[in-house]
Amino acid sequence: MAARYDRAITVFSPDGHLFQVEYAQEAVKKGSTAVGIRGKDIVVLGVEKKSVAKLQEERTVRKICALDEHVCMAFAGLTADARIVINRARVECQSHRLTVEDPVTVEYITRYIATLKQRYTQSNGRRPFGISALIVGFDYDGTPRLYQTDPSGTYHAWKANAIGRSAKTVREFLEKNYTEESIAGDNEAIKLAIKALLEVVQSGGKNIELAVIRRNQPLKILESKEIENLVAEIEKEKEEEAEKKKQKKST
Amino acid sequence: MALQDLCNFDGIFHESISTVRHVMASGKKKTCNYAAGVALSNSTSLFHFYIPVAEYLDESPIQFGQISTTQSLSRNPSQELFLSPSSLPASFPFAASQSVPLPFPMGHGTTTLAFMFQGGVLAAADTRSSCSGLVACPASQKVLPIHSHMVGTTSGTSADCALWKRILSRELRLYQLRHGRRLSTSGAAKLLSHMLHPFKGTELCVAATLCGWDGGELDDRCYDHRGSETDHSEDRETTKTPKANLETTVSAPSEKVSLSKTQSSSFIKQQCSKRKIRFSGPSLFYVCSDGTRLEGTLFSVGSGSPYAYSILDQGVRWGLTVEEATSIAREAVYRATHRDAYSGNFVDVYHVTSKGWTRRTREDLKEEYYREKERKKLERERQGTTLSE
Repeated sequence: MAARYDRAITVFSPDGHLFQVEYAQEAVKKGSTAVGIRGKDIVVLGVEKKSVAKLQEERTVRKICALDEHVCMAFAGLTADARIVINRARVECQSHRLTVEDPVTVEYITRYIATLKQRYTQSNGRRPFGISALIVGFDYDGTPRLYQTDPSGTYHAWKANAIGRSAKTVREFLEKNYTEESIAGDNEAIKLAIKALLEVVQSGGKNIELAVIRRNQPLKILESKEIENLVAEIEKEKEEEAEKKKQKKST
Repeated sequence: MALQDLCNFDGIFHESISTVRHVMASGKKKTCNYAAGVALSNSTSLFHFYIPVAEYLDESPIQFGQISTTQSLSRNPSQELFLSPSSLPASFPFAASQSVPLPFPMGHGTTTLAFMFQGGVLAAADTRSSCSGLVACPASQKVLPIHSHMVGTTSGTSADCALWKRILSRELRLYQLRHGRRLSTSGAAKLLSHMLHPFKGTELCVAATLCGWDGGELDDRCYDHRGSETDHSEDRETTKTPKANLETTVSAPSEKVSLSKTQSSSFIKQQCSKRKIRFSGPSLFYVCSDGTRLEGTLFSVGSGSPYAYSILDQGVRWGLTVEEATSIAREAVYRATHRDAYSGNFVDVYHVTSKGWTRRTREDLKEEYYREKERKKLERERQGTTLSE
């Protein structure tokens, strides 16, 4: 049944699906996980780094990209599609600065990306972008923002979200653990992101890439050493938790 | 306004604009041919009255005007440039008329002025519309409100100014609806400048100053703090740069203090402590149809501007009260109208604050002239009596 309605993007199925868009969302689910957390004075993006081949240079594929000084995004899905979207978004950020004399708000650039994606779901001969994006940043009035877009062109604001492989698991973890205290400080927010990623990433801190934006500061990508330290801290905290529980049980 | 009418292109523009709009509505993008056709057919009506100088200049190698219809076709690329930000519509009037060389560079027959001070922005203008040596309208409006917190003074061709002001109002309203906030004066000036750019080199003549109050939370608090500082006119620039610094890569507040002006550092500290501050305060920009876009604290435009500048440069300071500022503005317009033939009749004063713009009742400068004569007579009489004693 679906076979008849999924050839062209511009064809609805009888029960109201756009199959190409849904298949694009499947492509996203195959991509590596990305998680975004909105703190009080910080926004964090974490992605699962795919293990590179032995002869491959590590730093050529970056999944977290700056769109402007105060906005950055991470994606899950087809890397090539993401490159195009990121390019267009970067141009739009500068264009906005030129015409309107103001930096973009995170919502504006998200809306732009979402409109771009939607356009590709409604034209001939083109397929939708196979990426979901997490866009984080600070508006010029200092409010932190996190938005998520998907291949259909919708976007929503989130407090914390995950996309890509095992996104559901990570999201459930975040729903349980995103509390006021868990994002009380910058470090806590970063640790929450790492903890969320550790749920689904194998072999620990080596495969995690993390970026933060603090208010009035540009994007900062954490070095692997810092990530290792934070992972070690998290491990220690986990052990202490386990110890406490054991003691409680024994007494 | 005055001398423009010697080469009277206002009619052409209105006609070509309305035709082009109609064509645009039918969805064709390559309208330049159409509009060019229309303009050409109208160009014969250019020479309604005999201008001895222009004919002679047609033969001379020196060309004052520049545009030929072929160039208007190549204006499409610049159109693309300012259409790509998705907020600008495609239904703009296109410049496609053929222009005739100007017999001489024209001044704009008016006096308008605007300046910033601690109480907001003050804009003032005369009200005389002149037309080749006669007063076409003694009570025209040269300061046009654009929206609740912005007014614009107009100078140049009154038809062009009125039209472009209304187009600007429309665009600002659309921006507000689409993005949920008012566009800053800087952005509005940018927008107007981009809209006028395709007409560069044609006879379109708009020289406007945009006076506005940029919105944002914590208007009064934020602003009063700045107002209580010393009155350097350059402070406008520095208070702009902290906003720019927010986006540049400054890692700690202490680095920002290295800006040489003390006022900016206190402003930045305030910004760091109150997270929700956006730049808010008075803003003044000058936009001209030849492409100029300037930010400043004091502008005067028009044939009477030299006279106005002399009064303004003497008296305008940041720390003026509203009454003092109003009286300086009135005085400047009055002096300019006294000497400049193309300015006169009444004076309009508009005051823009965080709460919007307010307008003073229009004042007849004739009365002012007689009042001054009376004052001078009294002075002389008093001096006469003291001397005689």
